[in-house]
Amino acid sequence: MDFFHAHQAQHYLVLAALLFALGAAGVVLRRNAIIVLMSIELMLNAVNLTFLSFSRFPLVPNSPMGNFLHGHTAVFFVIATAAAEAAVGLAIIIAVFRSRTSINVDEFDTLKL
Amino acid sequence: MEAILFYIFAIGVLAGGAMVVLRRNPIYGALSLVGCFFFLAGIYLLLSAPLIAILQIIIYAGAVMVLFVFVIMLLNLKEEELGESTWTFWKGAGLAAVVLGTGIIAWRALGPAYPGAPPYDNAVRFAGMGFGGAKAVGRTLYLASVLPFEVTSLLLLVAVVAAVVIAKGKI
Repeated sequence: MDFFHAHQAQHYLVLAALLFALGAAGVVLRRNAIIVLMSIELMLNAVNLTFLSFSRFPLVPNSPMGNFLHGHTAVFFVIATAAAEAAVGLAIIIAVFRSRTSINVDEFDTLKL
Repeated sequence: MEAILFYIFAIGVLAGGAMVVLRRNPIYGALSLVGCFFFLAGIYLLLSAPLIAILQIIIYAGAVMVLFVFVIMLLNLKEEELGESTWTFWKGAGLAAVVLGTGIIAWRALGPAYPGAPPYDNAVRFAGMGFGGAKAVGRTLYLASVLPFEVTSLLLLVAVVAAVVIAKGKI
């Protein structure tokens, strides 16, 4: 598998790009609010994968190890933020479902003028 | 060996992500998203990030997805309430074109940045220092970014209060 080792960083970064495109397409195409939230989780994970790829294969010359591990701490914060976002987003979905008995995002038009 | 594992995990990640977008019933979407996160944890292990891989399984596949499945069960949508499944030809073609186009553009754009093999492989350079392990990441977390770490606890507190206030209705 010489091809993989010659382009190792590209493989991980392109996988992250594909995952982000899938998540973005899910947000745009699907009308179910829960699936929209799950697609947002997909996009956040694609960003995490990018952080870790650049943490292992950096473009900058020599630095101490701690500088590269900032990518890992960024992933840590993204995971914590995603957990908070999921809790608040699902609470909003439950509140909207109570008032409209639907989770179709096309019917969430209360803010429309 | 690493190449074979990468391709297996990558196909699992993309198949799980595609099922999330394509399946009509959200419960199947949630379960395939759990599978996607497990394969993604394998990718993180290949990137020599064992701590993040374990956190991915515990927090994402464990806590967050249980929350999703709990809400899906709580809403208990009927078959006709799931909404239309209007997968027209143009929607499918647009999805495939967007994903493939993004992949090709990313591959072409990364060419000049990494002309050959990656010049610095931190998994090899810092293998003896425990790159990506709990000790090294913990040192970076507590020494370099201790204020964001503490603010994160405040963020989680605000999220818990907000979730209760929004979902409770009347307090």
